[in-house]
Amino acid sequence: MNRKLRVGGTPLLGGLMLVLLLTGCEPPLPATDQQGFRGTGMLEVDNPRRQEAKLAAIVIPDPLPQVPASGTRSGDIYQNVQVLGDLDVAEFTRFMTAITQWVAPEQGCTYCHAGADFAEDDVYTKVVSRRMIQMTQQINAAWSAHVGDTGVTCFTCHQGQNVPSEMWAMSPEPGRSAGLTASSAGQNMPATNAALSSLPADPFSPYLLGNTNIRVHTMQALPDGTPLPGTKQAEETYALMMHISDALGVNCTYCHNSQHFASWEGNSPKRVTAWHGIRMVRSLNNEYLEPLGSALPENRLGPLGDAPKVNCTTCHRGLNKPLGGANLLQYHPELASASLATESGSASNMPPN
Amino acid sequence: MPEYQNVFTRVQMRGPAEMGVPLDNSIWNRDGQPIFSYWLGKIGDAQIGPFYLGTTGLMSIICGFIAIEIIGLNMAASVNWSPVEFVRQLPWLALEPPSPEYGLSIPPLQEGGWWLMAGFFLTASILLWWLRMYYRSKALGMGVHVPWAFASAIWLYLVLGLFRPVLLGSWSEAVPFGIFPHLDWTAAFSIRYGNLYYNPFHMLSIVFLYGSVLLFAMHGATILAVTRYGGDREVEQIVDRGTASERAALFWRWTMGFNASMESIHRWAWWFAVLCPLTGGIGILLTGTVVDNWFLWGIKHGLVPEYPQVFPPVEDPAMTMGAAP
Repeated sequence: MNRKLRVGGTPLLGGLMLVLLLTGCEPPLPATDQQGFRGTGMLEVDNPRRQEAKLAAIVIPDPLPQVPASGTRSGDIYQNVQVLGDLDVAEFTRFMTAITQWVAPEQGCTYCHAGADFAEDDVYTKVVSRRMIQMTQQINAAWSAHVGDTGVTCFTCHQGQNVPSEMWAMSPEPGRSAGLTASSAGQNMPATNAALSSLPADPFSPYLLGNTNIRVHTMQALPDGTPLPGTKQAEETYALMMHISDALGVNCTYCHNSQHFASWEGNSPKRVTAWHGIRMVRSLNNEYLEPLGSALPENRLGPLGDAPKVNCTTCHRGLNKPLGGANLLQYHPELASASLATESGSASNMPPN
Repeated sequence: MPEYQNVFTRVQMRGPAEMGVPLDNSIWNRDGQPIFSYWLGKIGDAQIGPFYLGTTGLMSIICGFIAIEIIGLNMAASVNWSPVEFVRQLPWLALEPPSPEYGLSIPPLQEGGWWLMAGFFLTASILLWWLRMYYRSKALGMGVHVPWAFASAIWLYLVLGLFRPVLLGSWSEAVPFGIFPHLDWTAAFSIRYGNLYYNPFHMLSIVFLYGSVLLFAMHGATILAVTRYGGDREVEQIVDRGTASERAALFWRWTMGFNASMESIHRWAWWFAVLCPLTGGIGILLTGTVVDNWFLWGIKHGLVPEYPQVFPPVEDPAMTMGAAP
């Protein structure tokens, strides 16, 4: 009897181990969709279950009903309307309702307008939201190479929260012994910003705030003696690419040519969109978000005292199209261009580069 | 009568422990009372011991211990000496080589000096272990096939951590000591140098790697399958072919048209195994030193196939916009 049990135990143990092994897999298996020429591995990898969960997490508010124009500029009725002064006052009120819904649905108007006088700039959130309206207009007007006709509204990032849930700020090195022990060189820890790899943990400050060269390839077959980027720089770039992959829920060949990641021939046009996206994020961080640090109270700043900044996840949230591609901008043309700005910010008219 | 029809080892020898051939001209002895392990007997010889350490063995273990200590303690420091975090994060932790600005100079300890020191002791340990293998082969009157096969692996190790960084003039090109970090390094290395799959020596290395696996499976299976006819006496059958050899040979002639002999199959296996790191090491050594971008090198030499254009053509926006890349 005892002997029999032992014999039966082996397949049982094997089956248990198989189950344990398979729990590491994603059920259902990710779907692959051939995009490029057959056999070249140009596949889009997708997990429909996860995709649905991400989409279900986003509750897009119904667009507000259109209002007939009153024929009066908001700037003529209200005091201190610096950005939307040329907007019709009816549209202006409708927009104020929408922005409340998008950014401060719980707090209401008083999240930005405190006290009796709505015109006062005495609350920091009002100063910030004015700058953010300008930023939204700038994105839609100047960065169509990235946002296309879909554009963005406040909701794209905020999604009903005062501060978008996915922002980044400088972070101190994780607690470690100082002195003579080896420094981590900013890597070799589970990097939440680089898809939990051991790659450099902060791909943002060099590339999405700074202007560090992302390209590590030489476009020459043989070395010619000039100093070239090495494998370590490639790891830095790799970390940024893993952030993008994670933020968009896509694999490398969604953008890149499987033969040679540096070549532009034979890759998807989506890579051009992503290229503009990186420049857009860098520009927004430098022109809009980083300078806001002086306007923000301490509790809104990062651990090292800098303003929260955007990266790809801020809008994308694991989806290759933010909000699943929903176009909210069509209901709010006032956010589509910066032409309504009567007193635009000094930096908001910077050309994209 | 032993059975050879099972894929698992069924035979375990028990008897007075085998103490080995007499040791000549040695200041060291084989030490320790041998023990027998039933479970190790399932996968190999059940007898453990006696042990022979020797001068090179002892030095190798000391150097290896120093290297592992340097790596391990620096890893522990990187999680602020927390044992729990050390275990949790171990796959991510590493001792990183110096950054590029140090070139081949000796950097401060915390900026890669520890890495250099760990690398020195690990290399010393490996080379001393090679010497030990060589001397033990000689002491037993064996050929030196095993140490030379090990030397092939050492060649790849030295290319990665010493020869190539020295040729490129920077320790920063070497591999970090860490589990995930060395894998991430490998991927970044391939990406940086224009896709290693277009490196012909990488191709050869893969052929010999997968080839070794195939040969190993074929040979192991063939011998197990004919042991019932005495095929386990492989070495004798090199010159004294019996029915086991002939059945095995006929089987492969029938199934694939050609068969190795009892002697040549072992040379096949040895060369495939040796050539895997040997060619791989050549491929790594050429990367960055002689060839900077394997994909473009492949285009230059007609290696890269041209595929039909599937996506609409796009241009590098950095070129069209005149912007910084």
